[in-house]
Amino acid sequence: MSRLFEYSAGEVIERVRSRELSVEEYIESIIERIRDKDELINAYITVTAEEALETARKIDERIRDGKDAGRLVGVALAVKDNICTKGIKTTCASRMLENFYPPYDASVIERVKEEGAVIIGKTNMDEFAMGSSTETSYFGVTRNPWDLARVPGGSSGGSAAALVMNEATLALGSDTGGSIRCPASYCSIVGLKPTYGLVSRYGLIAYANSLEQIGPMARTVYDCALLLTVISGFDPKDSTSANLPCKDYTTYLRDDVEDIRVSVPKEFLGEGVDDKVKDCMWRAIEKLEELGASYREVSIPSLKYALPSYYIIAMSEASSNLARYDGIRYGFKTSESEGDWSKVYSRNRRLGFGLEVRRRIMLGTYALSAGYYNRYYIKALKIRALIRREFEETFKESDVMMGPTMPVPPFKIGERINDPLSLYMCDLLTVPANLTGYPAISVPCGFIGDLPVGLQIIGKPFDEGTILRVAYTFERNTDFHKRRPCIF
Amino acid sequence: MKGKRITRDTVEHIAWLAHIELSDEEKNLLTEQFNKILDYFEVIDEVDTENVPPTYHVLDLVNIFRDDMPENPMSREEALRNASEKEDGFFKAPRIV
Repeated sequence: MSRLFEYSAGEVIERVRSRELSVEEYIESIIERIRDKDELINAYITVTAEEALETARKIDERIRDGKDAGRLVGVALAVKDNICTKGIKTTCASRMLENFYPPYDASVIERVKEEGAVIIGKTNMDEFAMGSSTETSYFGVTRNPWDLARVPGGSSGGSAAALVMNEATLALGSDTGGSIRCPASYCSIVGLKPTYGLVSRYGLIAYANSLEQIGPMARTVYDCALLLTVISGFDPKDSTSANLPCKDYTTYLRDDVEDIRVSVPKEFLGEGVDDKVKDCMWRAIEKLEELGASYREVSIPSLKYALPSYYIIAMSEASSNLARYDGIRYGFKTSESEGDWSKVYSRNRRLGFGLEVRRRIMLGTYALSAGYYNRYYIKALKIRALIRREFEETFKESDVMMGPTMPVPPFKIGERINDPLSLYMCDLLTVPANLTGYPAISVPCGFIGDLPVGLQIIGKPFDEGTILRVAYTFERNTDFHKRRPCIF
Repeated sequence: MKGKRITRDTVEHIAWLAHIELSDEEKNLLTEQFNKILDYFEVIDEVDTENVPPTYHVLDLVNIFRDDMPENPMSREEALRNASEKEDGFFKAPRIV
């Protein structure tokens, strides 16, 4: 069999429409690829081979009958395991939801299915999306295809690793504090966190709802724009969904940055940011300058407080969101059921949640408790307002903001996991976009040895078109996205 | 104000509030880690936020209303599918009082 799994989404769609490619053969090739390679990296929690082949055959039939089969016709899509898929186990990488079968599809899943995408499986992640390394999964760590001893980033680590290994053609992730952009950077793919409100969160298992968005992950900027086009748009089922006209993001992709004004906050290049990572970023900015963009350095002083504010808000929201896991209506329930409700509830949560999840629930509980509410939670929300103000100021004179996606290259499995604070520090450069709600993308911009580095491009609210265009121009004029890991 | 703001008792209290059972070993570990993390959070104290209103949400949201129209409800069987204990078409919960 030829290497059909290498096709980009754009190529699959074109070939299926012109009847050069059978969806069934292509999906078979992806499933074969997963069987062949996934034991090395553990990107998937569930592979839905049977269902995928059945869907593929139905799509082939529709094509034979001359019917339109949608904008993602036939494309193999991997879905992060915190996005509800009707009848397909959705675990959040937690023992708590080990046997949870959602009774409905998330809105984004309804949309991709309508457009002919084929769900190939559910990808590994940090438990309840709380992490930057995919090490806290109840189903084992995902390995970075570029160096199997290192983390793939997180929390959408499975989606990113599956893409770079060609075990999927497109993927969905979610990003609360960097969970799409971090693994995109660490695996050398493209990942976009949309503006808060652009993509429906209905059916996304909540961690910190005022911060998170579902977003597209892909091997090329075009594919990323295509998936964003399908999943974005108003949804009455999500009360925070923005009611704006739909856009076709692929129409923004042109090889041109001449009018683009870039700002680089010096706070993105401060303490804790690796020098080699900075070098990669500066080379990327020089490249864009060569292509016609202008840049200036700016200062956003309150960024210094972004990380602690983010963690206080995220943990507070988590403590409230995860209170629903009592093990009664769904979720893990202990067999030692003696004792009253309170006792059983507490035991279910001890056995069902991993340590990081419990740590965040408890710190959030503390930050919201009497006597500490104003000191932590309200204070963090006020700092959030300050950061947003400073972002608005900066964007008056720039179109995009840039920095590295991650302060350090992919680290070793086990290196940080026992020191929670050192893991939290990894989110230093990604959390500002979540606090402010601004859209941000990570694109491959270099390597330190064999380890990938990502460039982060932040845009104005609902101006995904511009960050995609800048990313596209950068991709067209560089070769980083073409490099593949040696285990490939 | 660095140092021990969180004692083992505080951890036990938070665990009780959050309804999470902890082992002895976990209590010790979390006491140490919570102190370290909260020390780091302390940096926010230096920001002057006197006249800043908190941002709960980044979008300027207003309440959204819709007509209260019934849709097709989930079947009882479907609703109960994920429950580990059920009886006569109901969820079975531990004793409350």
